[in-house]
Amino acid sequence: MKFTLSWLKDHLETEAPIDDILYALTDLGLEVEGVEDRGAKLADFTIGKIMSAEKHPDADRLRVCQVDTDEGMKQIICGAPNAREGITVVVAKPGVYVPGLDITIGVGKIRGIESFGMMASESEMELSDEHDGIIELDNGEVGQSFVDWLAANDPAKVDPVIEIAITPNRPDALGVRGIARDLAARGLGKLKPAQEVHFDGTFSCPVSVSIDDDTLDQCPVFFGRVIRGVKNGPSPEWLQDRLRAIGLRPISFLVDVTNFFTFDQNRPLHVFDADKIAGNALRIHKAKGGETITALDDKEYKMVEGMTVISDDNGVESIGGIMGGAASGCTEETVNVFVEAAYFDPVRTAYTGRALKINSDARYRFERGIDPAFTPQGVELATQMIMEHAGGEASDVVIAGAIPNVERAYKLDAARIQSLVGMEIPESTQRQTLTALGFKLEGDMAHVPSWRPDVQGEADLVEEVARIASLTKLQGRPLSRLTDGVPKPVMTPIQRRLVAARRTAAALGYNECVSYSFIDQASAKLFGGGTDVTMLENPISADMSHMRPALLPALLQAAARNQARGFADMALFEVGTVFDGGEPGEEHLQVSGLLIGRTGPKDVHGASRDVDVFDAKADAEAVLAAIGAPAKVQINRGAPEWWHPGRHGMICLGPKKVMGVFGEVHPRILAAMNVKGPAMAFTIYPEQIPLPRKSGASRGAMDISDLQAVERDFAFVVDSGVDALALVNAAAGADKALIDGVRVFDEFIGGSLGEGKKSLAITVRLQPRDGNLKDKDIEALSAKVIEKVTKATGGVLRG
Amino acid sequence: MDDLKAKYLDQIANAADEAVLEDIRLAAVGKKGEVALKMRELGKMTPEERQAAGPALNALKDEINSALSAKKSGLADAALDERLRNEWLDVTLPARERPMGTIHPISQVQEEVTAIFAEMGFAVAEGPRIDTDWYNFDALNIPGHHPARAEMDTFYMHRAEGDDRPPHVLRTHTSPVQIRSMEKTGAPTRIICPGGVYRADYDQTHTPMFHQVEGLAIDKDISMANLKWVLEEFVKSYFEVDNVDIRFRASHFPFTEPSAEVDIRCSWEGGTLKVGEGDDWLEILGSGMVHPKVLQAGGIDPNEWQGFAFGMGIDRIAMLKYGIPDLRAFFDSDLRWLRHYGFASLDMPTLRGGLSK
Repeated sequence: MKFTLSWLKDHLETEAPIDDILYALTDLGLEVEGVEDRGAKLADFTIGKIMSAEKHPDADRLRVCQVDTDEGMKQIICGAPNAREGITVVVAKPGVYVPGLDITIGVGKIRGIESFGMMASESEMELSDEHDGIIELDNGEVGQSFVDWLAANDPAKVDPVIEIAITPNRPDALGVRGIARDLAARGLGKLKPAQEVHFDGTFSCPVSVSIDDDTLDQCPVFFGRVIRGVKNGPSPEWLQDRLRAIGLRPISFLVDVTNFFTFDQNRPLHVFDADKIAGNALRIHKAKGGETITALDDKEYKMVEGMTVISDDNGVESIGGIMGGAASGCTEETVNVFVEAAYFDPVRTAYTGRALKINSDARYRFERGIDPAFTPQGVELATQMIMEHAGGEASDVVIAGAIPNVERAYKLDAARIQSLVGMEIPESTQRQTLTALGFKLEGDMAHVPSWRPDVQGEADLVEEVARIASLTKLQGRPLSRLTDGVPKPVMTPIQRRLVAARRTAAALGYNECVSYSFIDQASAKLFGGGTDVTMLENPISADMSHMRPALLPALLQAAARNQARGFADMALFEVGTVFDGGEPGEEHLQVSGLLIGRTGPKDVHGASRDVDVFDAKADAEAVLAAIGAPAKVQINRGAPEWWHPGRHGMICLGPKKVMGVFGEVHPRILAAMNVKGPAMAFTIYPEQIPLPRKSGASRGAMDISDLQAVERDFAFVVDSGVDALALVNAAAGADKALIDGVRVFDEFIGGSLGEGKKSLAITVRLQPRDGNLKDKDIEALSAKVIEKVTKATGGVLRG
Repeated sequence: MDDLKAKYLDQIANAADEAVLEDIRLAAVGKKGEVALKMRELGKMTPEERQAAGPALNALKDEINSALSAKKSGLADAALDERLRNEWLDVTLPARERPMGTIHPISQVQEEVTAIFAEMGFAVAEGPRIDTDWYNFDALNIPGHHPARAEMDTFYMHRAEGDDRPPHVLRTHTSPVQIRSMEKTGAPTRIICPGGVYRADYDQTHTPMFHQVEGLAIDKDISMANLKWVLEEFVKSYFEVDNVDIRFRASHFPFTEPSAEVDIRCSWEGGTLKVGEGDDWLEILGSGMVHPKVLQAGGIDPNEWQGFAFGMGIDRIAMLKYGIPDLRAFFDSDLRWLRHYGFASLDMPTLRGGLSK
């Protein structure tokens, strides 16, 4: 919303400096977004006087003028027809920038005669479109700054343009008068009394108006009147200045009048050319759907069933509350004008505007809610302005429907307001504030003014009182905790897990990424997603069409981008939410890591090597340990198809309880996603890890023996498909009391073993508890280990 | 006997290596060495002679033994010194590479924010990213036609044909978590809800996903003055400054009444933000007293309880604090960016140790 200071002063009697006004606006909730100092661009123009003007010897239409300026007499060549001796003019000397021409004046020669500057027209200074001649001032001293002269003689031309942001609850502030009312309530001046005007018609209105019964909720009331015999044309200068200052293009007087009241009073109006209303009757009704109209923006719109439209015998002439039609609109030739002031329902207007994608000043206001009680005055004020400048004769006012009753009142609870705001605001001040804003107080009931549709309860009274009192003055007051003493921990176990997982992965060398929750369908499909249930209805681009089914696709895409930037080795991870469906709650958490390239750059120590599955496994295990997963797990196969079928493992607590997966990413996936592989990865499901059965922080007693532990090595030949873990578990089962641990330390395939066989070597660590082990104890145990392993895996001791 | 002593001590002193030393030892104090032979002669002596010769021989043996061991360790030292003289390394060679991971600024700042609010007694609540339009809008006093709905650039989920429910939305703010949390725990309450939110917008300062933290405090007598204190304390703690001016500007949000936008005093010099000084104001969050209708939607009686809510952008305050220029880069996973703006794994923000290094 834009307005000028002088426009504001039409409604507000104030001597307040502009800075105070700006501060108050922002503080009141009418946030100042910008102030345009229109004088700035004219700062270098000065006033001069033409002392003599003679015809240019070589050009009929040019004059050689001697102009008195602040720098003495200057010779200026001028082509304006009105350049003549004795007039007071505006001079741009060499070096001055002329905004309307976008040039900087220099010293020039015109047809052989030197010229030291220029005398400006209004259009050259962007004051108006007037470019027929140079400016002639009635007064003004030679050498005076032209901006100063304007400020004194025609302030509307240069006073500041203020732009404020309007929150959706304040339609009243979409009119200058509403803004003035807020400032007056704050104490920055006095709101000037509202103009009450009334014109008796001298003839009955030739255009009749009706509202269909089923449309009264969409357009409850319509006021209109014909003014005949008007002379349309350009608006008076003051009106053009106003509109131009706020960024509107003056069109013709009748149209400009409607724009003026839209911004002056938040009262959108429409003017029909009465002679173009077919059948001299307007009907407000719901669109059937399919009707078309070419609106004032010269675009054609197709109506959807239920939209509020205004029709004559020719069909739809106007989209109620949004935009009029071109066919029945006013032109320079219009002599009989029909002025419309109606009230259109905000909700219906919002839906229609959204559906037709029309953003008009009228829609903006109707959908936020204008003052229904002001409807009759809207017509009268427009009548006054039209007749004053365009002449004519007003008819009776036609009225269809009735002004909707928005009367309501809420209890002013002064104590509660103080309790909510936390500021001392005496009840008398509260009442004064509300009264200044137009509320009528009866006892403790505050009747809401008709221009404040947003006030819908007691809480809204609090807001009004608080913002006028100024929240800036509020003093902070400590907030007590719910419990005294040292604050309790506030994070849930899952939240703590995510922090631990994140910090562990970073400690292991991974860089954390945060990627979008949406991804392209093709990538989503590679990871079991990309179906309609996770599809966005209105994605911002095709790259972000589906909710991600996993973290890996985005990490792989990031890897491809980083590879393209010349990074071959990387470790990326993400902790985040992924989506199983489209219903709330159909989501789960993942921690995924991606390893590509080598463990590090090649180095003098020869430590760098290609990453492999066991790096991913180690990292997965480290993260699992950090988030409290049980150490005893199964490693199963059979993870989804984006894993390499032979090179992955699921870390499980049972056949169905999968805590995580590690492995190599399937080469086909890498190819589809343009990633240079191989790539190792892990995904952990933090919510799948059982919560610890915690009964205190105690660790339990430490159980160690002072007797010396003994290690024995075994090598078994087994079928190559046998899992090492199965062999380890079998060996460990030989004597659970005595065996402290079993570790695989060698795997050997091929050689003399032959096809389909491998050798696994293990170290079994024995921890005696009752007495030192004798040779025969160890022999007995060895035999048992061999027996168990053979039974479980078919392995034989390697000779 | 003095000859013997002089002879062996001299030999020991001149021994060149451990082998020679061993030969000397055998010849002198070995089982068949000269000293041992002398000791055997003791039996033939008179008790008087023996009383004089015995201790003397023992002393001689001890003296030779200690000379041997001193010489031995001297030789070992010399040998070690000699070896080390040859063991020279170019220690300017690079060490073995240790991988250095990083924590994303969003995670780091989220932890910072959580640490501060935990200190003030706020717990952490969470909710779904895909939510019903009731939780995202209606419950927050944003009815279907409300202009705020259009302004929020909502992402909608696809609806299967025949499913006539209003489409679910990607939450446009973390505020629906307020409602879910109120439903679950009732009043009184103090929570923050950090997390990702979504709006269909993309330019240098907008990304279709960003992060917010929501705060909610409900009690019998909470006022806007409490809100201001909480935010003042938060801003001072988060930006790690002693004093900060914060300005409450009246504003409007459908879910709070009264509402205020909050600006902090700052200065921008050479593109660097300094909080707490200067003449600029920087908007950092929206806030207000929870609207009675919102309390009702959360199942809390507005005649009995009142409270405040606020919401701010995590990415935004991360950019401000750490001088990160472009929001879009947060989500690009560029290794150079992650390494430059990321945090070390052990840089855990705490209030006792400080939030940032």
